[in-house]
Amino acid sequence: MTMPSTSTQAEWPLWEVFVRPKAGLDHKHCGSLHAADAALAVQLARDVYTRRQEGVSVWVVRSSDITASDPGDKAMYFDPMADKVYRHPTFYELPAALDHM
Amino acid sequence: MAAALAGGSIALELTHPLRYVLRLADTALIHAQRLAEWCGHGPVLEEDIALTNMALDLLGQARALLTHAAHLHNGVQGGGLDEDQLAYLRNEADFFNLTLVEQPLRKSSAHAPGGDFADTVLRNFLLATWFKAVWMGLSSSTDVELRGIAAKAVKEARYHQQHAGDWVVRLGDGTPESARRLQAALARAWPYTAEMFAGDAVDEAASSTGLGPARASLRGAWLSEVQEVFAPALLPVPADTPFLSTGTQGRHSEHMGFILAELQSLQRQFPGGRW
Amino acid sequence: MYTQAMDLAPKDERAALRSVEDAQLETRFEARIAQGDFIEAKDWMPEHYRKTLVRQISQHAHSEIVGMLPEGNWLTRAPTLKRKTIALAKVQDEAGHGLYLYAAAETLGTSRDQMFEALHSGRAKYSSIFNYPTLSWADMGVIGWLVDGAAIMNQVPLTRCSYAPYARAMVRICREESFHQRQGFESLLVMMKDGTAAQQAMVQESVNRWWWPSLMMFGPPDADSPNTAQSMRWGIKRLSNDELRQKFVDACVDQAGVLGVSLPDPELKWNEARGQHDFGAIDWAEFWRVVGGHGPCNTERLAARVAAWDDGAWVREAATVHAQKQALLEQAA
Repeated sequence: MTMPSTSTQAEWPLWEVFVRPKAGLDHKHCGSLHAADAALAVQLARDVYTRRQEGVSVWVVRSSDITASDPGDKAMYFDPMADKVYRHPTFYELPAALDHM
Repeated sequence: MAAALAGGSIALELTHPLRYVLRLADTALIHAQRLAEWCGHGPVLEEDIALTNMALDLLGQARALLTHAAHLHNGVQGGGLDEDQLAYLRNEADFFNLTLVEQPLRKSSAHAPGGDFADTVLRNFLLATWFKAVWMGLSSSTDVELRGIAAKAVKEARYHQQHAGDWVVRLGDGTPESARRLQAALARAWPYTAEMFAGDAVDEAASSTGLGPARASLRGAWLSEVQEVFAPALLPVPADTPFLSTGTQGRHSEHMGFILAELQSLQRQFPGGRW
Repeated sequence: MYTQAMDLAPKDERAALRSVEDAQLETRFEARIAQGDFIEAKDWMPEHYRKTLVRQISQHAHSEIVGMLPEGNWLTRAPTLKRKTIALAKVQDEAGHGLYLYAAAETLGTSRDQMFEALHSGRAKYSSIFNYPTLSWADMGVIGWLVDGAAIMNQVPLTRCSYAPYARAMVRICREESFHQRQGFESLLVMMKDGTAAQQAMVQESVNRWWWPSLMMFGPPDADSPNTAQSMRWGIKRLSNDELRQKFVDACVDQAGVLGVSLPDPELKWNEARGQHDFGAIDWAEFWRVVGGHGPCNTERLAARVAAWDDGAWVREAATVHAQKQALLEQAA
């Protein structure tokens, strides 16, 4: 049996895949795949992630190009939103006659 | 009625229109059969899925065309032939696919060395380009059913052509090894492309009745699209030779017997079976 | 049965010394899990959790792609064009499932190539059931009925696994999986109800071969599965091996009745007091033999995967080199 010849430096890069389910909706992240170049990534995304007619449009982004917020900074980034209650419409009490607003 | 032969085989009354439709149906069927050999063995998981999608598209086209062929036969001869009887119970001489699709694609056998991924992407590209021209030609067919099949199939052929064509370029302008393999695949495949554009009474009848294009009329567009991909793939267009394969006449290569033995084995083993 | 990985893993050595900070982080982590929080890729997690999940998810992925092989045998011999279409779509789905799972495992810091290397070298395992041969077309239906049936029982709870990328992959897989079991069962039903005597005999013979290996898929008895408590806390397991196995037997008895096949266990009978079926003793020697690499097809399965990988090396390299050439051209432009 030949020795398996894996060489990680030749590994195809990882891409994140975003699919728009139908016109009018946002692209949603649905997973990742490996591809050698962008053209192949788009085609493979279509073959892997839209076989059940899940999409009308596909975006692919190299995983290394994604910048994410640091979960360690979660408190700093996202907790202050919790007490800025005046951004929510329910903060304002209005006469019943204006209930539909 | 389709005659019943020994071993459960059926024989057909072969008219020109029926042969014309079966050439397309059988080419799609046997190519799908070969592509299915890759499932679980592809060089990359994603490409495994892509190849199987292509096989499924072609199988769908084969089923639509075989069902239509069965209707054509039933309409003239009576009887209730269906897609499965045509696929599983015809004998080899009544299959009319291009010989190209019988050639090995992956697996070696005791009788023939196998092909490789270069053979696969090259054949996918050459065939998809041909099928696209066929479907476009059928968009004005006098046969309403064929028009409908072609309208759906042309979209699939476009995608196959793009995906396979990109791979031909990747391999042709990749590493020395991939270039060498692709050139070897081209040397093997090219002689079989002559049959894609040969002509006979079946083609003449189809063209004159408006059923569909004669094969010879497809060559110009096909060659120019092939050249567009061969150029960045650093492939020459090989010179033509006198070789002409004859699968479309029902006279096949030695591979066809093995393909049909595998494809048809269960229906032959369980006559009258329900699946 | 995909938690066979957990059951068969050697007992991990926990780091003897932990800093006070690490101990606090771990306590908070366990508290988050206890209250049903999801852990995402970049969240802090104990090394032990990370390693366990990489092993669990990657071996689940390996099971999917090795699982393509026994069914792949019958694609070119499917008895009708409809069955050929269905079989191709099903085996293709398994490739997709493997892919989603490799992607989930990669979020934990491993790579697809590293996971393949572990599989090809024999270090990583895959579900024991795929080391059995598919000898007749009926096996395709029986695999759908029994093997996918067992998989579904495992998979639904995994959609609530604490590690979110795994849970999300499982949601996607479950949506696609129900077709797998249904198509298999339906194929058997047609053969049993409308088929010839020869077809019915083929189905029964297939059931006789696959029944006991299917029960073994759920792993060793609870008494011999040391990792269960922890995997339950982390949401990798919701029911024990024996509980799942019992559920499976009870469901299958009814389904076998609908099909009109018998299950090859003379001790299988309804126990009124328990409200469940009693069943016969499993041959655990066979299980350990197969898991240890000496089942009917272990060598062939691994060889097929290694060959596909090795034979495809030149393809992957060509694509990489071509992409590099294109990138250089674009830079120069």
